[in-house]
Amino acid sequence: MTLIQTSFNRRSFLKTSALAGGGILISFSWLAGCQPAVNEELLTLPEEWYSLNGFLKIGENGVVTIYCPNPEFGQGVKTSMPMIVAEELDIDWKKVIVEQAPFNTEIYKRQLSGGSQSIRQGWSSLRMAGASARQMLKEAAAQAWGVPVEEITTEEGMLFHKPTEKTAGYGEMASAAANIEVPKEVALKDVKDFKIVGTSRKNVNGKDIVTGKPMFSMDYNKEGMLIAMIVHPPAFGKKFKSFDDAAVKSMPGIKDVFTIKLYNDSYEKSMFDTATFTELVAIVGNSTWEVMNAKKAINVEWEDFDSYKETWGGFGGTRQVDVPSGLESSEDHYKEMESYSNTSAKVARKDGNPEEAFKNAAKIIERTYSAPFLAHNTMEPMNCFAEVTDDHAQLAGPLQAPEFLENTLSARLGMPLDKIDIEMTRMGGGFGRRAYSHYMIEAALISQKAKAPVKLMYTREDDMTYGIYRPTYHAKYRAAFDENNNLTAFHVNAGGIPESPLHANRFPAGAIDNYLAEQWAIDSNITIGAFRAPRSNFIAGAEQSFLDEIAEELGKDPIDFRLELLERAISNPVGERNDYDAARYAGVLELVKEKSGWNKETDANIHRGVSAYFCHNSYAAHVLEVKFTNGKLEIPKVTTAIDCGIVVNPDAAANMAQGAVVDGIGNALFGQLSLKNGKPDQNNFDRYKMIRFSEAPKEIDVHFVKNEIDPTGMGEPPFPPVFGAVANALYKATGKRHLNQPFFPDIEVLG
Amino acid sequence: MAVFNLNINGKNREIDVDPTTPLLWVLRDHLNLVGTKYGCGIAQCGACTVHLDDVAVRSCMMPVSSISNQKVTTIEGLSENGDHPVQKAWLEVDTAQCGYCQTGQIMTAAALLKKNSNPSDEQIEMAMNGNICRCGTYLRIKESVKKAADMMK
Repeated sequence: MTLIQTSFNRRSFLKTSALAGGGILISFSWLAGCQPAVNEELLTLPEEWYSLNGFLKIGENGVVTIYCPNPEFGQGVKTSMPMIVAEELDIDWKKVIVEQAPFNTEIYKRQLSGGSQSIRQGWSSLRMAGASARQMLKEAAAQAWGVPVEEITTEEGMLFHKPTEKTAGYGEMASAAANIEVPKEVALKDVKDFKIVGTSRKNVNGKDIVTGKPMFSMDYNKEGMLIAMIVHPPAFGKKFKSFDDAAVKSMPGIKDVFTIKLYNDSYEKSMFDTATFTELVAIVGNSTWEVMNAKKAINVEWEDFDSYKETWGGFGGTRQVDVPSGLESSEDHYKEMESYSNTSAKVARKDGNPEEAFKNAAKIIERTYSAPFLAHNTMEPMNCFAEVTDDHAQLAGPLQAPEFLENTLSARLGMPLDKIDIEMTRMGGGFGRRAYSHYMIEAALISQKAKAPVKLMYTREDDMTYGIYRPTYHAKYRAAFDENNNLTAFHVNAGGIPESPLHANRFPAGAIDNYLAEQWAIDSNITIGAFRAPRSNFIAGAEQSFLDEIAEELGKDPIDFRLELLERAISNPVGERNDYDAARYAGVLELVKEKSGWNKETDANIHRGVSAYFCHNSYAAHVLEVKFTNGKLEIPKVTTAIDCGIVVNPDAAANMAQGAVVDGIGNALFGQLSLKNGKPDQNNFDRYKMIRFSEAPKEIDVHFVKNEIDPTGMGEPPFPPVFGAVANALYKATGKRHLNQPFFPDIEVLG
Repeated sequence: MAVFNLNINGKNREIDVDPTTPLLWVLRDHLNLVGTKYGCGIAQCGACTVHLDDVAVRSCMMPVSSISNQKVTTIEGLSENGDHPVQKAWLEVDTAQCGYCQTGQIMTAAALLKKNSNPSDEQIEMAMNGNICRCGTYLRIKESVKKAADMMK
């Protein structure tokens, strides 16, 4: 049993009670789909709710509502976070109703989905919420029965006092428990006693999803609401000049056409204020189709902008960023990256004497890897509802991290935060894109100017050509061998536009005596943003492909070779800043080796590649099989091993890992956002090739390392190593090393 | 503008819209049937799939004027209580991640099973190939379609 200090204070408790009692949650829930997600259809709702803290309330009939603090974008937090609360509360999961918590970082702290951190960082507070409520119920029962609280036990929503044979349901004690002082210290369950965490529970919104209930902000509809769309410049390097709305203003259903400026002049941006186009044309009308037609008809003039500097605040202090002018092209980007790698690299880490080792090498192998920009392409395009009046702003949108943008919004509207309410709707995908919620500011400004509630909607084309892409990257790897064919030095030189993908202290750093890591970056006016496992999503593939080549050069099995390096990192690590646990890293390789039957012969047509990676505090490895049938690539099976500590909801976690594998294969083979003269070549799914049903693996077998380590990241870690597994398997099948992503850029797009 | 009488989910609905308005926006904006999703607007992603006389079609490029007396079925009308075998199978397999594309996937799958009650893996892949799932739930969709086929036997 673990005792932990609770961090709830009386203030947050009272405030939460007021929230729950004041009906604010209900008035905010404008969508049917935002109604409680009920696990058991026949669950009877109670007449009274008693709030024990911000995370839960209990009805007099024993039904419990648990609030999910973080926004849901498909990663399953709306099920898994409440499971953790329910575990420590010790309640039957069938009696739980789940609701999305209101956006209120005073109560819930970190209300963002990103960096695979929801479960890892929420673990303690969620357990504390359940455990402290359980303690309050026990106190209430002890007082009611006149017995010592230590003698009270609980089981699945029931309180027991065995010596006197008294029992009561949580519901019977909820009213009294709500008046108990929040305990200063509470006991947590032992991991071995978990009954909910570690068992598979179905998506709490499953029924709403399969019946098409409105739950995305795209589905929002309100009396008097207008539809708004923006027109943004057609190319990076361009800005708004003028528009002529003569042809548009009289079109049916069109109410207003105007421009908006996203920021006041001299506004200091913070980390997630990324916006590609800060002056936009907005068209407001009655219906989507009418506004779409006006959007096609409007005549807007654009002009090239001059290079400028902007100031960014946020993490790590204030910095100046150069935004160059010009209309950039992918073809030039690749040439520039090659050139920078030769001239502009700065050392990020050096162990031993790599220069000497390369000079004395009997043999050196060198390979250069690259990858294009990628668009996130969430299935639900960017959109946001806004109703801004003189003294209040109501926003609802697909927002991964509204806490990053609420101050921006407040500054821009000139409205204090307490007059602004933001609802986090279920997101139709996120992948990092929705941490940059410029569209929330845009919607608010449009509503303010149009003096009406509006739903701002991006078309797919607006969305895909807006920017905030995964950067384009380049990495050069070198390995030195002595005359006895021993690996003597390792060199990585990595960079990108406009950031480097390097993680200098990750494997194989720590496993090789002579190690050099260098990096560089090139300024650009193409905007970028976090994309599922930023930086790792490229560098893992390059590194794991290169390790495959080294293993081959050494005549070693690729898994055994990695394990040998990891053994060195375990027993006698080089350097002190290695940021991975070599034993856990080796653990996923051992597991994937066993589960994939790596040492067993396969069908002669089947070729396998292995890859592993550490990121977001977790470890993942894949063995991927490929085969070619009449020249057509097929992926019969992928075996996946993951160590992310305790797995809260195993089947849902397996689903996400399977999705990461499919996502990785799709981007490795086809993913590409290329540019010509500042203009994206792809603006919709007819040109942007997404992985489809027939290209997905036939089987993805996911295994988790079983341990009792507190949970670490899950959404991102399985994604980066997929790229290397694909490349290494393709090499086995074709004898050709695939160095540049996408591996199959010319494949036909099927609609 | 023009008045159209449509048979949607078994009910007659009269709407007055621009004849070029795609069925998708008639459903979403004018009838508040928002289970049918917008994904691409060019019939490439399948999020907007509905049934026209039991055949899966993309509603985002289908002008309302092109529909005469065919029956339109949307996700809201696929079953009375959300208990169509395809919907039940989707829940059993816990298929969805973000959920945005899934109503389109379900409508395509339901139309497939209506035509072919025992599809092979290859037939499922072919039928579902026009529906993109960005979360990558394709394997679970396949499992769900097979489970639904079993339920319908």
